[in-house]
Amino acid sequence: MKGVDVSPIVRLACRYMSRLIQVFALYVIFHGHYSPGGGFQGGALLAAAVILLRIGEGRSASQKELASGATMGLGSLGAWIFGGVGLLALLNGGKFLQYDALPAMGLSAVSLHYWGILVIELGVALAVMTVLVAIFDVLTEDDKSEG
Amino acid sequence: MNNYIELLLYSFLVIAALIAINVKDLLAAAVTTSVFSFVIAVLFIEMGAVDVGFTEAVVGAGVLGVYFIAMILRTTRRTED
Repeated sequence: MKGVDVSPIVRLACRYMSRLIQVFALYVIFHGHYSPGGGFQGGALLAAAVILLRIGEGRSASQKELASGATMGLGSLGAWIFGGVGLLALLNGGKFLQYDALPAMGLSAVSLHYWGILVIELGVALAVMTVLVAIFDVLTEDDKSEG
Repeated sequence: MNNYIELLLYSFLVIAALIAINVKDLLAAAVTTSVFSFVIAVLFIEMGAVDVGFTEAVVGAGVLGVYFIAMILRTTRRTED
C-alpha cells in the first residue's frame, strides 16, 4: 500500500480471485430465494472482491472497478431502491413492502413476489458493497500522503 | 463421531479466543480473531444455521480482518506521550 513493488504472482492471483469471488457473489444474490444467502451476503462478497483488488493492485489502479468518490452515492442509491419498492407498495394502497400490492404490469401475485424480492436484494447488495468499500477507503486514506 | 468433531471445534474456539486476548502483537491478535470467526462460522453451519454461518464467514473472517489490519497499519507501536 505504500509504493512497495508487489510481485506479479500476487497481482495476478488477486485479479483472478476477485473475478471468481464476483461470479460467486452474483450466484449468491440471484439464488437467494432458494438457498442460503441473499442481498447482504452477496454484497459483502462483492465488497470483498473490490477490497482484494484495492490491496493487490493498489488504490489508484483499482479505481475503475469502483471509484472511491462514487461509493457513498451508489450506497444511497441502493438504499433508495430498497425503500422505493416499499414506498411504491405503500402508495399503491398496500402495506410497506407488500409485494402483491405493487403496480402489476400484467404479472400474477407470485411473479410480483419474485421480482419484488429480486429488486430489493439487488438494492441491498449495492448498498452493502459500496458502504463496505467506503469504510475500507476511509481507513486507508492517508497512506498516499505519507509516502 | 460428530460429537468429537464438535468438541474439537469448540476447543479450537477457546484456544483462538485465549490467544487473541493474551498475545502482545496486535497483528497476531487480528489474525486469531479471524480464526475465531471462521471456527464459529463452521459451528453455526454444523448446528444448522447456514445463513448465519455464511454471514459470519463473509463478514467476520473476511472483511473485518482486513479492516483490523488496515487500522493496525495506521497506528504506531509506541505512544508519543
